[in-house]
Amino acid sequence: MSVLLIAEHDGKQLKPGTANAIAAAGAMGDDLTVLVVGHQCGEAAQAAAKVAGVKKVLHCDAPHYAGSAAENLAALIVPLADKYTHVVAPATGFGKNFMPRVAALLDVQQISDISAVQSPDTFVRPIYAGNALATVQSKDKIKVVTVRATGFDPAGEAASAAPVETLAPVPDAGLSKFNGQELTKSARPELTAARVIVSGGRGMGNAENFKILEALADKLGAAVGASRAAVDSGFVPNDYQVGQTGKIVAPDLYVAVGISGAIQHLAGMKDSKVIVAINKDPEAPIFAIAN
Amino acid sequence: MKVLVSVKRVIDPYVKVRVKSDGSGVETANVKMAMNPFCEIAMEQAVRMKEAGVVSEIVAVSVGTTQSQETLRTAMAMGADRGILVEADADVQPLAVAKVMKAIVEKESPRLVIMGKQAIDDDSNQSGQMLAALLGWAQVAFASKIEINGDNADCTREIDGGLEKIAAKLPAVVTADLRLNEPRYVTLPNIMKAKKKPLETIKPDALGVDVAPRLTTLKVEEPAKRGAGVKVADVAELVAKLKNEAKVL
Repeated sequence: MSVLLIAEHDGKQLKPGTANAIAAAGAMGDDLTVLVVGHQCGEAAQAAAKVAGVKKVLHCDAPHYAGSAAENLAALIVPLADKYTHVVAPATGFGKNFMPRVAALLDVQQISDISAVQSPDTFVRPIYAGNALATVQSKDKIKVVTVRATGFDPAGEAASAAPVETLAPVPDAGLSKFNGQELTKSARPELTAARVIVSGGRGMGNAENFKILEALADKLGAAVGASRAAVDSGFVPNDYQVGQTGKIVAPDLYVAVGISGAIQHLAGMKDSKVIVAINKDPEAPIFAIAN
Repeated sequence: MKVLVSVKRVIDPYVKVRVKSDGSGVETANVKMAMNPFCEIAMEQAVRMKEAGVVSEIVAVSVGTTQSQETLRTAMAMGADRGILVEADADVQPLAVAKVMKAIVEKESPRLVIMGKQAIDDDSNQSGQMLAALLGWAQVAFASKIEINGDNADCTREIDGGLEKIAAKLPAVVTADLRLNEPRYVTLPNIMKAKKKPLETIKPDALGVDVAPRLTTLKVEEPAKRGAGVKVADVAELVAKLKNEAKVL
């Protein structure tokens, strides 16, 4: 079994989720190659080489990989895939975007968002917003898999660094033009990596009241999350959203303030270790899963 | 400009799903069904673009059982001009959906395909990206804004750290995220009108597409339940519990 894993990074470091995906890949096969593709991402390639379980790093650098356009990533990965039994990426906004493109070009039915590996061809994945767990087996020659970070503990540091090889880029497909990103700036930890999350819902009432949560989060060294209702009401930006189709989190402590607990929200946080719910409605469904 | 929109019939998102006792799947008999919420957003986007004069015709496509006709009627009540049902068994997996959609695209030649980013039943989040790959078209997944400017679709998409702007060359496949719009409610007169709109039914064989599943579902089970929680009287008690019992602070 040989696994190709596509790392998510910011040019310098691997993003949270990638180390978890590396751990999951280890359960599929022990010959693990990590691809670090981007623009000016040499440091990230070095960082990937130092993760336990990684046998080799492929580093591919070109300006047209800056925005991680799915068209260009797929064109790079598909010709490589023949040499591997598994192609793996984290099930984040990054992985969800290009992996189905890779799978379709390989004529493979992707297995999305796995939470456990039972054998190299059998995986467990949540369906219906996590209200059911399906065990699925793939008959495809190459398994294309995205990994839910909360299902796996992150891989640790390796004793010695794996070799880094340079991979030649594939020319720009020219199908789309990257016009920049508006990233939410915050000194707080990333939602998917935070140990503590303070999350607010519609019950917060307005964006002003959300600042109270932000102050609390800063005291606790926590990240700030939100329910869909809070994002739709414009209290906070979209990247705060925790839920079925937002971010999936499993911190040590999740404090849900003014969140009633729609199944779509619970899907994103019910694997948290300790859940504290603050709500004025004693019948709110959030209490069914809170500690 | 002609637009194709895919719509999927799923269990209503507000229904609590139940796993079948034999572990073969989830209970769908006598359960309320609805259009997948992300497909509704995709449909709404096409209708708004038609109202703005950017789009001339909207074709709604559904891949599924005979009952998916209802979902197509809803799409037509929202504003689709006609519907195509590709009739197949229940378990049509994303790769097969993408292949069916590709065959329909080749027949209909739209310049834009709008799909929901994810169906809330199997939560795969694949079909749109796969269709773009099979067609060799540009893709914009998780769009929160679409604007057609000449030969480009200028889009904003939701990414993990915030928002990203890309200009995709047309023809393109765009998948809709939550913030793209708020779908309208269908009105009774429009439901009546939708009954008279054309609805064509095709079999996958006629399109030359093999829709046999590639993934075998071995079992479906309920996730482990969390134990009952406790209610605390005040903040001091909560902090004490978190510090001493749970040890998370």
